[in-house]
Amino acid sequence: MPDQSPKQIALFGGVYSNYLALTAALTDIRNRGIADVYCLGDLGAFGPRPNRVFPLLHQHNVHVVQGNYDDSIGRGLSDCQCGYTDPADNHFAAISYQYTFNNTDPQHRPWMANLPREIRLKINDQRILLCHGSPRKTNEFLWESTTSTAFIEKLHHDHDADVICCTHTGIKWSRRAANDKLFVNVGCLGRPENDGNTNVWYAIVTVGNSSVDVEFVPVHYDHDQLANDMRAEQLPSAFIETIKTGWWTTCLEILPAKERARGRY
Amino acid sequence: MATMIQDTPHSNEPPRVALQSLDSLWFQVAGTICNLRCHHCFISCAPDNDKFNFLSLETCKRYLNEAAALGVKEFYFTGGEPFANPDMCEILAETIKVGPATILTNATLFRDSTLDRLQRINESTPYSIEMRVSIDGYSAEMNDPIRGEGTFDAAMKGVQQLVDIGFLPIITITRTWCGDDGDVLATFRQTLVDNGYTRPRLKVLPSLKLGAEVARTRGYHDDERVTHDMMANYDPAQLVCSSARVVTDQGIWVCPILLDAPDARLGGTLAESLVDYPLRHNACFTCWSFGAICSNVSTAATSTTDA
Repeated sequence: MPDQSPKQIALFGGVYSNYLALTAALTDIRNRGIADVYCLGDLGAFGPRPNRVFPLLHQHNVHVVQGNYDDSIGRGLSDCQCGYTDPADNHFAAISYQYTFNNTDPQHRPWMANLPREIRLKINDQRILLCHGSPRKTNEFLWESTTSTAFIEKLHHDHDADVICCTHTGIKWSRRAANDKLFVNVGCLGRPENDGNTNVWYAIVTVGNSSVDVEFVPVHYDHDQLANDMRAEQLPSAFIETIKTGWWTTCLEILPAKERARGRY
Repeated sequence: MATMIQDTPHSNEPPRVALQSLDSLWFQVAGTICNLRCHHCFISCAPDNDKFNFLSLETCKRYLNEAAALGVKEFYFTGGEPFANPDMCEILAETIKVGPATILTNATLFRDSTLDRLQRINESTPYSIEMRVSIDGYSAEMNDPIRGEGTFDAAMKGVQQLVDIGFLPIITITRTWCGDDGDVLATFRQTLVDNGYTRPRLKVLPSLKLGAEVARTRGYHDDERVTHDMMANYDPAQLVCSSARVVTDQGIWVCPILLDAPDARLGGTLAESLVDYPLRHNACFTCWSFGAICSNVSTAATSTTDA
Protein backbone atom coordinates (compact mmCIF):
# COMPACT_ATOMS: atom_id res chain seq x y z
CA MET A 1 0.00 0.00 0.00
CA PRO A 2 1.33 3.46 -0.79
CA ASP A 3 1.91 5.79 2.12
CA GLN A 4 -1.29 7.85 2.49
CA SER A 5 -0.34 9.78 5.62
CA PRO A 6 -1.09 13.51 5.53
CA LYS A 7 1.50 15.53 3.65
CA GLN A 8 2.16 19.24 3.82
CA ILE A 9 3.54 21.69 1.30
CA ALA A 10 4.29 25.37 1.85
CA LEU A 11 3.45 27.96 -0.80
CA PHE A 12 4.02 31.64 -1.24
CA GLY A 13 3.92 34.15 -4.05
CA GLY A 14 4.88 37.70 -4.86
CA VAL A 15 8.22 37.98 -3.06
CA TYR A 16 8.66 41.45 -4.61
CA SER A 17 12.31 41.57 -3.47
CA ASN A 18 11.26 41.40 0.19
CA TYR A 19 14.23 39.30 1.26
CA LEU A 20 13.52 39.88 4.94
CA ALA A 21 9.99 38.45 4.76
CA LEU A 22 11.31 35.60 2.60
CA THR A 23 13.94 34.77 5.22
CA ALA A 24 11.34 34.84 8.00
CA ALA A 25 8.91 32.65 6.03
CA LEU A 26 11.55 30.07 5.14
CA THR A 27 12.67 29.88 8.76
CA ASP A 28 9.09 29.32 9.90
CA ILE A 29 8.53 26.66 7.25
CA ARG A 30 11.71 24.80 8.28
CA ASN A 31 10.76 25.03 11.95
CA ARG A 32 7.51 23.26 11.09
CA GLY A 33 9.41 20.49 9.35
CA ILE A 34 7.90 21.13 5.95
CA ALA A 35 10.34 20.07 3.25
CA ASP A 36 8.49 20.92 0.03
CA VAL A 37 8.33 24.64 -0.65
CA TYR A 38 6.87 26.36 -3.70
CA CYS A 39 7.03 29.95 -4.85
CA LEU A 40 4.33 30.96 -7.33
CA GLY A 41 6.32 33.72 -9.00
CA ASP A 42 7.09 37.44 -9.10
CA LEU A 43 10.43 37.43 -7.34
CA GLY A 44 11.14 41.10 -7.95
CA ALA A 45 9.13 44.36 -7.85
CA PHE A 46 8.31 46.99 -5.27
CA GLY A 47 11.11 46.19 -2.80
CA PRO A 48 14.85 46.84 -2.65
CA ARG A 49 17.91 44.97 -3.89
CA PRO A 50 16.34 42.19 -5.93
CA ASN A 51 19.49 40.04 -6.05
CA ARG A 52 19.13 39.08 -2.39
CA VAL A 53 16.16 36.84 -3.12
CA PHE A 54 17.89 34.37 -5.47
CA PRO A 55 20.39 32.72 -3.09
CA LEU A 56 17.65 32.24 -0.48
CA LEU A 57 15.44 30.42 -2.98
CA HIS A 58 18.31 28.24 -4.21
CA GLN A 59 19.67 27.52 -0.73
CA HIS A 60 16.27 26.32 0.46
CA ASN A 61 15.56 24.36 -2.70
CA VAL A 62 12.37 26.30 -3.38
CA HIS A 63 10.51 25.24 -6.53
CA VAL A 64 9.52 28.34 -8.47
CA VAL A 65 6.69 29.00 -10.94
CA GLN A 66 7.33 31.82 -13.39
CA GLY A 67 5.41 35.01 -12.70
CA ASN A 68 4.87 37.80 -15.20
CA TYR A 69 7.71 39.80 -13.62
CA ASP A 70 10.11 36.88 -13.92
CA ASP A 71 9.16 36.41 -17.55
CA SER A 72 9.66 40.11 -18.27
CA ILE A 73 13.02 40.43 -16.51
CA GLY A 74 14.18 37.07 -17.81
CA ARG A 75 13.50 38.02 -21.39
CA GLY A 76 14.41 41.68 -21.05
CA LEU A 77 10.94 43.00 -21.91
CA SER A 78 10.12 46.68 -21.60
CA ASP A 79 7.35 46.30 -19.01
CA CYS A 80 6.27 44.02 -16.19
CA GLN A 81 3.14 42.56 -17.87
CA CYS A 82 1.39 43.06 -14.55
CA GLY A 83 -1.93 43.55 -16.32
CA TYR A 84 -2.87 46.96 -14.99
CA THR A 85 -5.14 49.00 -17.21
CA ASP A 86 -5.38 52.29 -15.32
CA PRO A 87 -2.75 54.99 -16.01
CA ALA A 88 -2.22 55.68 -12.30
CA ASP A 89 -1.50 52.02 -11.62
CA ASN A 90 0.81 51.80 -14.61
CA HIS A 91 2.75 54.88 -13.48
CA PHE A 92 3.97 53.18 -10.29
CA ALA A 93 4.30 49.80 -11.98
CA ALA A 94 6.74 51.35 -14.45
CA ILE A 95 8.87 52.87 -11.66
CA SER A 96 8.96 49.54 -9.87
CA TYR A 97 9.85 47.59 -13.00
CA GLN A 98 12.59 49.94 -14.12
CA TYR A 99 14.27 49.81 -10.72
CA THR A 100 14.01 46.02 -10.51
CA PHE A 101 15.20 45.49 -14.06
CA ASN A 102 18.20 47.78 -13.61
CA ASN A 103 19.18 46.16 -10.33
CA THR A 104 18.74 42.48 -11.18
CA ASP A 105 22.08 40.88 -12.02
CA PRO A 106 21.87 39.62 -15.62
CA GLN A 107 23.26 36.27 -14.50
CA HIS A 108 19.80 35.43 -13.07
CA ARG A 109 17.90 36.16 -16.26
CA PRO A 110 18.31 32.83 -18.10
CA TRP A 111 17.10 30.99 -14.99
CA MET A 112 14.07 33.29 -14.71
CA ALA A 113 13.28 33.00 -18.39
CA ASN A 114 13.21 29.23 -18.15
CA LEU A 115 11.04 28.84 -15.08
CA PRO A 116 7.91 26.73 -15.66
CA ARG A 117 4.53 28.42 -16.15
CA GLU A 118 2.93 25.80 -13.94
CA ILE A 119 3.89 22.95 -11.64
CA ARG A 120 1.71 19.87 -11.27
CA LEU A 121 1.86 17.62 -8.22
CA LYS A 122 0.06 14.47 -7.24
CA ILE A 123 -0.14 13.93 -3.50
CA ASN A 124 -2.33 11.20 -2.01
CA ASP A 125 -4.29 11.03 -5.28
CA GLN A 126 -4.98 14.77 -5.22
CA ARG A 127 -4.05 16.55 -8.45
CA ILE A 128 -2.54 19.89 -7.46
CA LEU A 129 -1.89 22.66 -9.98
CA LEU A 130 0.38 25.57 -9.07
CA CYS A 131 0.36 28.67 -11.26
CA HIS A 132 0.90 32.42 -11.02
CA GLY A 133 -2.27 34.31 -12.00
CA SER A 134 -4.59 31.60 -13.21
CA PRO A 135 -4.10 28.28 -14.95
CA ARG A 136 -5.05 29.93 -18.24
CA LYS A 137 -3.21 33.24 -18.04
CA THR A 138 -0.12 34.29 -16.12
CA ASN A 139 -1.34 37.81 -15.37
CA GLU A 140 -5.02 37.13 -14.70
CA PHE A 141 -6.18 38.70 -11.46
CA LEU A 142 -8.34 36.29 -9.48
CA TRP A 143 -9.78 38.33 -6.64
CA GLU A 144 -12.06 36.78 -4.08
CA SER A 145 -14.86 39.24 -4.78
CA THR A 146 -14.84 38.99 -8.58
CA THR A 147 -14.34 35.27 -9.07
CA SER A 148 -17.53 33.24 -9.13
CA THR A 149 -17.57 29.70 -7.80
CA ALA A 150 -18.87 28.61 -11.21
CA PHE A 151 -15.68 29.95 -12.77
CA ILE A 152 -13.48 28.16 -10.22
CA GLU A 153 -15.26 24.91 -11.00
CA LYS A 154 -14.64 25.47 -14.68
CA LEU A 155 -10.93 25.94 -13.97
CA HIS A 156 -10.84 22.72 -11.95
CA HIS A 157 -12.56 20.90 -14.80
CA ASP A 158 -10.68 22.41 -17.73
CA HIS A 159 -7.27 21.97 -16.11
CA ASP A 160 -7.77 18.52 -14.58
CA ALA A 161 -7.03 19.62 -11.04
CA ASP A 162 -8.47 18.99 -7.57
CA VAL A 163 -6.53 21.84 -6.02
CA ILE A 164 -5.46 25.05 -7.78
CA CYS A 165 -3.07 27.46 -6.09
CA CYS A 166 -2.26 30.91 -7.50
CA THR A 167 -1.07 34.37 -6.42
CA HIS A 168 -0.71 37.63 -8.48
CA THR A 169 -3.32 39.75 -6.68
CA GLY A 170 -1.36 40.11 -3.44
CA ILE A 171 -4.35 39.27 -1.23
CA LYS A 172 -4.95 35.73 0.03
CA TRP A 173 -8.22 33.83 -0.08
CA SER A 174 -9.54 30.33 -0.58
CA ARG A 175 -12.81 28.71 -1.52
CA ARG A 176 -14.18 25.21 -1.44
CA ALA A 177 -15.88 24.28 -4.72
CA ALA A 178 -17.93 21.35 -5.97
CA ASN A 179 -16.80 17.82 -5.04
CA ASP A 180 -14.70 19.23 -2.22
CA LYS A 181 -12.17 20.68 -4.66
CA LEU A 182 -10.13 23.60 -3.41
CA PHE A 183 -9.03 26.92 -4.84
CA VAL A 184 -6.32 28.92 -3.03
CA ASN A 185 -4.83 32.31 -3.69
CA VAL A 186 -1.75 32.16 -1.46
CA GLY A 187 -1.38 35.93 -1.17
CA CYS A 188 2.13 37.38 -1.24
CA LEU A 189 5.25 37.82 0.85
CA GLY A 190 6.28 41.10 -0.69
CA ARG A 191 3.87 43.58 0.79
CA PRO A 192 1.12 43.54 3.41
CA GLU A 193 -2.38 42.95 2.18
CA ASN A 194 -4.06 46.33 2.61
CA ASP A 195 -5.56 45.68 6.03
CA GLY A 196 -3.51 48.00 8.21
CA ASN A 197 -1.23 45.20 9.46
CA THR A 198 2.43 45.06 8.50
CA ASN A 199 2.76 41.28 8.38
CA VAL A 200 2.62 39.26 5.18
CA TRP A 201 1.37 35.72 4.52
CA TYR A 202 2.19 32.29 3.17
CA ALA A 203 0.05 29.15 2.92
CA ILE A 204 0.34 25.54 4.06
CA VAL A 205 -1.70 22.98 2.14
CA THR A 206 -2.29 19.73 3.98
CA VAL A 207 -3.28 16.73 1.89
CA GLY A 208 -4.85 13.92 3.87
CA ASN A 209 -6.32 10.61 2.79
CA SER A 210 -9.56 12.09 1.59
CA SER A 211 -9.34 15.80 2.25
CA VAL A 212 -7.28 18.85 1.43
CA ASP A 213 -7.08 21.88 3.68
CA VAL A 214 -5.30 25.20 3.61
CA GLU A 215 -3.96 27.27 6.47
CA PHE A 216 -2.68 30.81 6.01
CA VAL A 217 0.32 31.68 8.16
CA PRO A 218 1.19 35.27 9.12
CA VAL A 219 4.81 36.26 8.66
CA HIS A 220 6.19 39.01 10.88
CA TYR A 221 9.51 40.44 9.83
CA ASP A 222 11.62 43.55 10.33
CA HIS A 223 9.54 45.82 8.12
CA ASP A 224 11.30 48.91 9.48
CA GLN A 225 14.58 47.53 8.15
CA LEU A 226 12.98 46.91 4.77
CA ALA A 227 11.65 50.47 4.75
CA ASN A 228 15.15 51.75 5.52
CA ASP A 229 16.57 49.70 2.65
CA MET A 230 13.90 51.05 0.30
CA ARG A 231 14.67 54.59 1.37
CA ALA A 232 18.38 54.01 0.76
CA GLU A 233 17.52 52.79 -2.73
CA GLN A 234 15.40 55.90 -3.30
CA LEU A 235 12.27 53.90 -3.99
CA PRO A 236 9.02 55.94 -3.92
CA SER A 237 7.85 57.09 -0.51
CA ALA A 238 4.42 55.70 -1.36
CA PHE A 239 5.91 52.19 -1.49
CA ILE A 240 7.65 52.71 1.84
CA GLU A 241 4.43 53.94 3.45
CA THR A 242 2.72 50.65 2.50
CA ILE A 243 5.47 48.60 4.12
CA LYS A 244 5.30 50.71 7.28
CA THR A 245 1.51 50.98 7.61
CA GLY A 246 0.02 47.92 5.94
CA TRP A 247 -2.18 50.08 3.68
CA TRP A 248 -1.79 50.04 -0.10
CA THR A 249 -1.05 53.47 -1.52
CA THR A 250 -0.38 52.56 -5.17
CA CYS A 251 -1.83 50.27 -7.81
CA LEU A 252 -5.22 50.77 -6.19
CA GLU A 253 -7.35 51.10 -9.30
CA ILE A 254 -7.05 47.40 -10.11
CA LEU A 255 -8.80 46.55 -6.85
CA PRO A 256 -12.47 45.50 -7.10
CA ALA A 257 -15.00 47.28 -4.91
CA LYS A 258 -14.91 44.97 -1.90
CA GLU A 259 -11.12 44.74 -1.70
CA ARG A 260 -10.78 48.49 -2.24
CA ALA A 261 -13.34 49.28 0.44
CA ARG A 262 -11.35 47.35 3.05
CA GLY A 263 -8.33 49.59 2.52
CA ARG A 264 -7.68 53.14 3.61
CA TYR A 265 -7.08 54.72 0.18
CA MET B 1 -11.12 61.38 -48.91
CA ALA B 2 -12.67 58.69 -46.73
CA THR B 3 -16.40 58.26 -46.90
CA MET B 4 -18.32 58.96 -43.69
CA ILE B 5 -20.82 56.26 -42.91
CA GLN B 6 -22.63 55.18 -39.78
CA ASP B 7 -21.70 51.51 -39.78
CA THR B 8 -21.70 49.07 -42.65
CA PRO B 9 -20.44 45.51 -42.88
CA HIS B 10 -17.19 44.57 -44.60
CA SER B 11 -17.41 43.64 -48.22
CA ASN B 12 -14.43 41.30 -47.79
CA GLU B 13 -14.34 38.56 -45.19
CA PRO B 14 -13.10 40.19 -41.96
CA PRO B 15 -11.07 38.53 -39.20
CA ARG B 16 -13.11 36.36 -36.87
CA VAL B 17 -12.94 36.17 -33.08
CA ALA B 18 -13.76 32.99 -31.20
CA LEU B 19 -15.47 33.01 -27.83
CA GLN B 20 -12.62 31.72 -25.69
CA SER B 21 -14.82 31.34 -22.62
CA LEU B 22 -17.96 33.01 -21.34
CA ASP B 23 -16.30 35.09 -18.60
CA SER B 24 -18.88 37.88 -18.62
CA LEU B 25 -22.59 37.76 -19.26
CA TRP B 26 -24.24 41.08 -19.92
CA PHE B 27 -27.93 41.75 -19.44
CA GLN B 28 -29.59 44.47 -21.48
CA VAL B 29 -31.82 44.70 -18.45
CA ALA B 30 -33.53 47.96 -19.36
CA GLY B 31 -33.52 47.40 -23.10
CA THR B 32 -33.07 50.74 -24.82
CA ILE B 33 -35.35 52.53 -22.37
CA CYS B 34 -33.74 55.35 -20.42
CA ASN B 35 -35.03 58.35 -18.50
CA LEU B 36 -32.33 60.41 -20.23
CA ARG B 37 -31.71 61.16 -23.90
CA CYS B 38 -27.93 61.60 -24.14
CA HIS B 39 -26.62 63.10 -27.34
CA HIS B 40 -23.74 60.62 -27.56
CA CYS B 41 -25.63 57.40 -26.82
CA PHE B 42 -24.42 54.75 -29.23
CA ILE B 43 -27.76 52.94 -29.16
CA SER B 44 -29.90 56.10 -28.89
CA CYS B 45 -31.56 55.13 -25.62
CA ALA B 46 -34.46 57.35 -24.61
CA PRO B 47 -37.75 57.28 -22.69
CA ASP B 48 -39.59 56.42 -25.91
CA ASN B 49 -37.07 54.01 -27.45
CA ASP B 50 -38.54 50.56 -26.84
CA LYS B 51 -36.69 48.82 -29.64
CA PHE B 52 -35.42 46.58 -26.82
CA ASN B 53 -37.57 46.16 -23.74
CA PHE B 54 -37.02 45.33 -20.08
CA LEU B 55 -35.79 41.87 -19.09
CA SER B 56 -37.96 40.05 -16.57
CA LEU B 57 -36.70 38.46 -13.37
CA GLU B 58 -37.60 35.03 -14.75
CA THR B 59 -35.62 35.60 -17.94
CA CYS B 60 -32.60 36.74 -15.98
CA LYS B 61 -32.77 33.76 -13.63
CA ARG B 62 -32.86 31.39 -16.59
CA TYR B 63 -29.72 32.90 -18.11
CA LEU B 64 -27.93 33.18 -14.76
CA ASN B 65 -28.29 29.43 -14.39
CA GLU B 66 -27.33 28.69 -17.97
CA ALA B 67 -24.25 30.89 -17.65
CA ALA B 68 -23.22 29.30 -14.36
CA ALA B 69 -23.19 25.92 -16.05
CA LEU B 70 -20.79 27.41 -18.60
CA GLY B 71 -18.43 28.69 -15.87
CA VAL B 72 -19.26 32.39 -16.08
CA LYS B 73 -17.08 34.65 -13.96
CA GLU B 74 -19.17 37.84 -13.58
CA PHE B 75 -22.30 39.69 -14.71
CA TYR B 76 -22.99 43.17 -16.08
CA PHE B 77 -26.30 45.05 -16.24
CA THR B 78 -26.89 47.85 -18.69
CA GLY B 79 -29.57 49.55 -20.74
CA GLY B 80 -31.00 52.09 -21.08
CA GLU B 81 -31.07 52.85 -17.41
CA PRO B 82 -31.10 49.63 -15.37
CA PHE B 83 -32.99 51.22 -12.48
CA ALA B 84 -35.82 52.12 -14.84
CA ASN B 85 -36.56 48.39 -14.69
CA PRO B 86 -38.64 47.90 -11.53
CA ASP B 87 -37.17 44.41 -11.06
CA MET B 88 -33.52 45.56 -11.01
CA CYS B 89 -32.94 45.03 -7.28
CA GLU B 90 -34.67 41.67 -7.32
CA ILE B 91 -32.55 40.63 -10.31
CA LEU B 92 -29.41 41.79 -8.50
CA ALA B 93 -30.35 39.76 -5.42
CA GLU B 94 -30.61 36.66 -7.60
CA THR B 95 -27.38 37.46 -9.42
CA ILE B 96 -25.16 37.62 -6.37
CA LYS B 97 -26.14 34.05 -5.56
CA VAL B 98 -24.09 33.14 -8.65
CA GLY B 99 -21.35 35.74 -8.96
CA PRO B 100 -20.20 39.36 -8.90
CA ALA B 101 -22.19 42.07 -10.65
CA THR B 102 -21.65 45.45 -12.24
CA ILE B 103 -24.47 47.92 -12.95
CA LEU B 104 -24.02 50.71 -15.47
CA THR B 105 -26.31 53.49 -14.28
CA ASN B 106 -26.89 57.21 -14.63
CA ALA B 107 -27.61 57.34 -10.87
CA THR B 108 -30.60 59.63 -11.26
CA LEU B 109 -33.40 57.23 -10.30
CA PHE B 110 -32.54 56.16 -6.76
CA ARG B 111 -35.49 56.11 -4.39
CA ASP B 112 -34.88 55.60 -0.67
CA SER B 113 -36.33 52.11 -0.93
CA THR B 114 -33.94 51.30 -3.79
CA LEU B 115 -30.95 52.51 -1.81
CA ASP B 116 -32.01 50.54 1.27
CA ARG B 117 -32.29 47.39 -0.81
CA LEU B 118 -28.96 47.98 -2.57
CA GLN B 119 -27.22 48.44 0.74
CA ARG B 120 -28.66 45.24 2.15
CA ILE B 121 -27.76 43.25 -0.96
CA ASN B 122 -24.22 44.64 -1.02
CA GLU B 123 -23.67 43.86 2.65
CA SER B 124 -24.99 40.33 2.23
CA THR B 125 -22.48 39.12 -0.36
CA PRO B 126 -18.73 38.50 -0.55
CA TYR B 127 -18.94 39.35 -4.24
CA SER B 128 -18.23 42.86 -5.46
CA ILE B 129 -21.15 44.87 -6.74
CA GLU B 130 -19.68 47.60 -8.91
CA MET B 131 -21.82 50.66 -9.55
CA ARG B 132 -20.60 52.41 -12.68
CA VAL B 133 -22.04 55.89 -12.85
CA SER B 134 -21.96 57.76 -16.16
CA ILE B 135 -21.09 61.45 -15.83
CA ASP B 136 -19.55 63.13 -18.85
CA GLY B 137 -17.71 66.03 -17.29
CA TYR B 138 -16.67 67.60 -14.02
CA SER B 139 -19.25 70.39 -14.21
CA ALA B 140 -22.78 71.01 -15.36
CA GLU B 141 -21.32 73.14 -18.17
CA MET B 142 -19.34 70.16 -19.44
CA ASN B 143 -21.83 67.37 -18.75
CA ASP B 144 -25.30 68.77 -19.29
CA PRO B 145 -25.01 69.66 -23.00
CA ILE B 146 -24.37 65.95 -23.59
CA ARG B 147 -26.57 64.27 -21.01
CA GLY B 148 -29.33 66.82 -20.49
CA GLU B 149 -30.22 69.79 -18.33
CA GLY B 150 -29.79 69.14 -14.64
CA THR B 151 -28.19 65.71 -15.06
CA PHE B 152 -24.83 66.69 -13.55
CA ASP B 153 -26.36 67.72 -10.26
CA ALA B 154 -28.69 64.71 -10.25
CA ALA B 155 -25.89 62.24 -10.95
CA MET B 156 -23.56 63.80 -8.38
CA LYS B 157 -26.34 63.43 -5.83
CA GLY B 158 -26.67 59.79 -6.88
CA VAL B 159 -22.94 59.27 -6.40
CA GLN B 160 -23.18 60.70 -2.90
CA GLN B 161 -26.13 58.45 -2.12
CA LEU B 162 -24.13 55.41 -3.22
CA VAL B 163 -21.09 56.46 -1.21
CA ASP B 164 -23.27 56.98 1.85
CA ILE B 165 -24.43 53.35 1.74
CA GLY B 166 -20.96 51.91 1.29
CA PHE B 167 -20.36 51.75 -2.45
CA LEU B 168 -17.26 53.08 -4.20
CA PRO B 169 -18.82 53.92 -7.56
CA ILE B 170 -16.70 53.97 -10.70
CA ILE B 171 -17.38 57.22 -12.52
CA THR B 172 -17.30 56.55 -16.25
CA ILE B 173 -16.64 59.47 -18.53
CA THR B 174 -16.95 59.37 -22.29
CA ARG B 175 -14.05 61.22 -23.86
CA THR B 176 -15.73 64.20 -25.51
CA TRP B 177 -12.76 66.54 -25.13
CA CYS B 178 -9.65 66.96 -27.23
CA GLY B 179 -6.16 66.48 -25.92
CA ASP B 180 -4.75 64.90 -22.80
CA ASP B 181 -6.94 63.24 -20.18
CA GLY B 182 -4.77 64.33 -17.27
CA ASP B 183 -6.22 67.76 -16.54
CA VAL B 184 -9.81 66.60 -17.01
CA LEU B 185 -9.35 63.66 -14.68
CA ALA B 186 -7.52 65.71 -12.05
CA THR B 187 -10.28 68.32 -12.02
CA PHE B 188 -12.96 65.66 -11.96
CA ARG B 189 -11.25 63.85 -9.11
CA GLN B 190 -11.05 67.05 -7.09
CA THR B 191 -14.71 67.84 -7.78
CA LEU B 192 -15.73 64.44 -6.47
CA VAL B 193 -13.56 64.84 -3.37
CA ASP B 194 -15.08 68.26 -2.76
CA ASN B 195 -18.50 66.61 -2.94
CA GLY B 196 -17.62 64.05 -0.30
CA TYR B 197 -16.39 61.13 -2.42
CA THR B 198 -12.94 60.98 -0.88
CA ARG B 199 -11.40 58.19 -2.95
CA PRO B 200 -13.00 58.47 -6.36
CA ARG B 201 -12.55 55.84 -9.05
CA LEU B 202 -12.64 57.05 -12.66
CA LYS B 203 -12.81 55.27 -16.00
CA VAL B 204 -12.55 57.00 -19.36
CA LEU B 205 -14.41 55.53 -22.31
CA PRO B 206 -13.85 56.34 -25.96
CA SER B 207 -16.88 57.65 -27.83
CA LEU B 208 -18.55 55.19 -30.17
CA LYS B 209 -19.56 56.77 -33.44
CA LEU B 210 -22.91 55.08 -33.57
CA GLY B 211 -26.49 56.03 -32.78
CA ALA B 212 -27.04 59.54 -31.47
CA GLU B 213 -23.29 60.23 -31.51
CA VAL B 214 -23.33 60.29 -35.32
CA ALA B 215 -25.39 63.47 -35.29
CA ARG B 216 -23.37 64.99 -32.43
CA THR B 217 -19.97 64.49 -34.07
CA ARG B 218 -19.61 62.09 -36.97
CA GLY B 219 -19.98 58.48 -37.99
CA TYR B 220 -17.12 56.13 -38.69
CA HIS B 221 -14.88 56.60 -41.66
CA ASP B 222 -14.97 53.78 -44.15
CA ASP B 223 -11.37 52.85 -43.41
CA GLU B 224 -11.96 52.55 -39.65
CA ARG B 225 -12.13 48.77 -39.74
CA VAL B 226 -10.25 45.83 -38.27
CA THR B 227 -8.16 44.06 -40.88
CA HIS B 228 -6.35 40.76 -40.83
CA ASP B 229 -3.04 42.61 -40.58
CA MET B 230 -4.24 44.43 -37.48
CA MET B 231 -4.97 41.12 -35.76
CA ALA B 232 -1.40 39.88 -36.27
CA ASN B 233 0.39 39.94 -32.88
CA TYR B 234 -2.83 41.19 -31.25
CA ASP B 235 -4.28 39.34 -28.26
CA PRO B 236 -7.98 38.83 -29.08
CA ALA B 237 -8.64 38.41 -25.35
CA GLN B 238 -8.68 42.21 -25.27
CA LEU B 239 -11.90 42.21 -27.30
CA VAL B 240 -15.09 41.85 -25.30
CA CYS B 241 -16.57 39.49 -27.90
CA SER B 242 -13.88 36.92 -27.03
CA SER B 243 -15.26 36.50 -23.52
CA ALA B 244 -18.79 37.93 -23.29
CA ARG B 245 -22.31 37.76 -24.67
CA VAL B 246 -25.37 39.96 -24.12
CA VAL B 247 -28.87 38.84 -23.14
CA THR B 248 -31.66 40.97 -24.59
CA ASP B 249 -35.41 40.51 -24.69
CA GLN B 250 -34.95 39.42 -28.31
CA GLY B 251 -32.13 36.92 -27.98
CA ILE B 252 -28.39 36.86 -27.48
CA TRP B 253 -26.18 39.57 -28.99
CA VAL B 254 -22.43 39.41 -29.49
CA CYS B 255 -21.57 42.59 -27.56
CA PRO B 256 -23.27 45.53 -25.85
CA ILE B 257 -22.20 47.98 -28.55
CA LEU B 258 -23.77 46.39 -31.62
CA LEU B 259 -27.40 46.19 -30.50
CA ASP B 260 -28.57 48.07 -33.58
CA ALA B 261 -26.83 45.60 -35.90
CA PRO B 262 -29.21 42.75 -36.77
CA ASP B 263 -26.32 40.46 -37.71
CA ALA B 264 -24.95 40.80 -34.17
CA ARG B 265 -27.80 38.64 -32.90
CA LEU B 266 -26.32 35.18 -32.46
CA GLY B 267 -29.36 33.14 -31.44
CA GLY B 268 -32.09 32.60 -28.93
CA THR B 269 -30.02 30.74 -26.34
CA LEU B 270 -26.55 31.06 -24.88
CA ALA B 271 -25.67 27.70 -26.38
CA GLU B 272 -26.41 29.06 -29.85
CA SER B 273 -24.31 32.14 -29.22
CA LEU B 274 -21.04 30.36 -28.49
CA VAL B 275 -19.78 30.87 -32.03
CA ASP B 276 -17.08 32.89 -33.78
CA TYR B 277 -17.94 36.44 -34.75
CA PRO B 278 -16.49 38.40 -37.67
CA LEU B 279 -15.16 41.87 -36.80
CA ARG B 280 -17.11 43.36 -39.67
CA HIS B 281 -18.40 46.53 -38.03
CA ASN B 282 -16.70 49.90 -37.83
CA ALA B 283 -17.32 49.95 -34.07
CA CYS B 284 -15.06 46.89 -33.79
CA PHE B 285 -12.27 49.30 -34.73
CA THR B 286 -12.87 51.30 -31.53
CA CYS B 287 -12.86 48.15 -29.43
CA TRP B 288 -9.66 46.99 -31.15
CA SER B 289 -8.04 50.39 -30.60
CA PHE B 290 -8.80 50.72 -26.90
CA GLY B 291 -9.30 47.12 -25.72
CA ALA B 292 -11.83 45.89 -23.19
CA ILE B 293 -13.62 49.21 -23.17
CA CYS B 294 -16.76 47.78 -21.61
CA SER B 295 -15.08 45.85 -18.79
CA ASN B 296 -14.17 47.06 -15.33
CA VAL B 297 -10.52 47.84 -14.65
CA SER B 298 -10.32 45.01 -12.13
CA THR B 299 -11.24 42.35 -14.66
CA ALA B 300 -10.26 43.84 -18.01
CA ALA B 301 -8.12 41.55 -20.09
CA THR B 302 -4.64 42.67 -20.97
CA SER B 303 -2.17 41.31 -23.40
CA THR B 304 0.52 38.85 -22.35
CA THR B 305 2.80 36.55 -24.18
CA ASP B 306 0.88 33.49 -22.98
CA ALA B 307 0.19 30.93 -25.65
